Amino acid sequence: MKSELINALSRAEIDAIEAEITHLPDRKSAAIDALKIVQSQRGWISDDSLSAIAKLLNMSAAELDGIATFYNLIFRHPVGEQVILFCDSVSCWLMNGEKVCSKLQRTLGIQHGETTADGQYTLLPVTCLGDCDHAPAMMVGESLHHDLTVDNIEAIFK
Amino acid sequence: MTQSPLTRNIQGNGPTDILAYEASGGYLAARDNIGKADPADLLQLIKDSNLLGRGGAGFPTGMKWSFVPPADGNGHRYLVANADEMEPGTFKDRLIMENDPHQLIEGMLLSAYTLAADVGYIFIRAEYHLAIARIRSAISEAEQKCYLGDRILGSKYSFHLQVHISAGRYICGEETALLNSLEGKRATPRAKPPFPQVSGLWGRPTIVNNVETLCNIPHIVNHGANWFKSLGKGDNAGTKLFGASGRVKNPGCWELPMGTSIREILEVHAGGMQDGYMLKGFLPGGASTDFLTPDHLDLPMEYEAIQKAGSRMGTGLMVVLDDRACPVGMIANLEKFFARESCGFCTPCREGLPWVQGILDKIEAGHGQAADLEVLERQALFIGAIGNTHCAHAPGAMEPLVSGLKYFRSEFEQHIHDGRCPYAGES
Repeated sequence: MKSELINALSRAEIDAIEAEITHLPDRKSAAIDALKIVQSQRGWISDDSLSAIAKLLNMSAAELDGIATFYNLIFRHPVGEQVILFCDSVSCWLMNGEKVCSKLQRTLGIQHGETTADGQYTLLPVTCLGDCDHAPAMMVGESLHHDLTVDNIEAIFK
Repeated sequence: MTQSPLTRNIQGNGPTDILAYEASGGYLAARDNIGKADPADLLQLIKDSNLLGRGGAGFPTGMKWSFVPPADGNGHRYLVANADEMEPGTFKDRLIMENDPHQLIEGMLLSAYTLAADVGYIFIRAEYHLAIARIRSAISEAEQKCYLGDRILGSKYSFHLQVHISAGRYICGEETALLNSLEGKRATPRAKPPFPQVSGLWGRPTIVNNVETLCNIPHIVNHGANWFKSLGKGDNAGTKLFGASGRVKNPGCWELPMGTSIREILEVHAGGMQDGYMLKGFLPGGASTDFLTPDHLDLPMEYEAIQKAGSRMGTGLMVVLDDRACPVGMIANLEKFFARESCGFCTPCREGLPWVQGILDKIEAGHGQAADLEVLERQALFIGAIGNTHCAHAPGAMEPLVSGLKYFRSEFEQHIHDGRCPYAGES
């Protein structure tokens, strides 16, 4: 069974997931960690990855998919090199966040949930980034950008 | 003695390593108490301090802890730091975790020792990259110095602390949803009872506390319950991280005595409104708190007074509505957030919130009808009733709506009458 799994998951991925399992009371409890480990290598969770992880954790693919699709930071579709998380919560809304986001959408030529044609960026809305004293805010990959305006947003992507 | 214990290491923007923390008196409480103090005495101390949970609900921490059954030796007991800061308008726990991570670790160590917990988790949202890096580095420093791990500081007490990085969703901040997520499941809140203190993580006794709550513990242990009580104004104990966002001159987060007046926070610390903007209303502590208005400026920010005024202090970080932003649009934004972040388990929340959102969007777009306000009010009754849902997500969602309909009714009516948003074009 293990050799069949290696085709869908790398040795390193399996080892990392097994390492998580060692400090958990059962294999299923590693579900979210396992999804994140594989996503960190591949950018997203394909159906094949999902099935392989489910097998490794002794759970059904359907149950694991229920978990994967619950969490907004687990991606079941391919995403760009970098994911843009644009805050659409209330403090950013009050500071013109919607207009800034519209400008960003025009600049990149994508709507929420879409990826640029060059595969560079995927744009997603996100709940409050905890940076409200510098609203509006967004994350590009792991970088936080804030005090955004319709005038300064374009330069970030040049 | 410092009057701003939580931010004493933050104001100077100094180093965040363990040597700097120790030099400022850090881990003194740990060295004096781990393996030496009677956990029952520490529990009594926390009860006597009148510390109320800083995550939003304001439940007495000592009382929460006292529901944990005595150790039975049959397995793990857990302490979880809720670092899943995601309440819209709230940015206080990030400040501590990024700038003084050891304070959280020492708070967890002392709390875990008091509760006889042997495993701890810091459940932190994935977007807090800097906080995650600093906490991880602080945990490894603390392990090297024997503040964490086996036989801490030569005692018989062991406590292992791990970081769990979330995969997203606001509902993970609800403590039983958080526990399900830690167990690798969908983050649907659990029906209570049983309460986590008795049957929490993997069915074992578990305490979940907010980051700011835990950071108060070392200071109470060092300086005593009376000192802690003396920090607040009136009958209120301790300091609190307060803050403001929106069109104020100086948005930010400040450690102030519990019970500081709203006026002082908004006019002195936040610097008042930006030029050309007037204060129309505010949410006192996050998206799930009822609107208050300029009539409430002289209230003290503390749980009881804000509750008496018909709202909740929540996280204590205020979201300010100015006179040039549309209240209907703001409430539509809030309900869109609540509808999206419902876990989908309980019907009133899953079905009701998108319905409310749809009506609000319709009114904001100028297509509202007079009967819509009645529907919203009836929805608020059903969705907002405690007991119709497992958790407080749906009732919390109704707080800004019900209070908004009360304070900004004429704006709703004007949208419907004019068939357009009167604020369109403003910003």
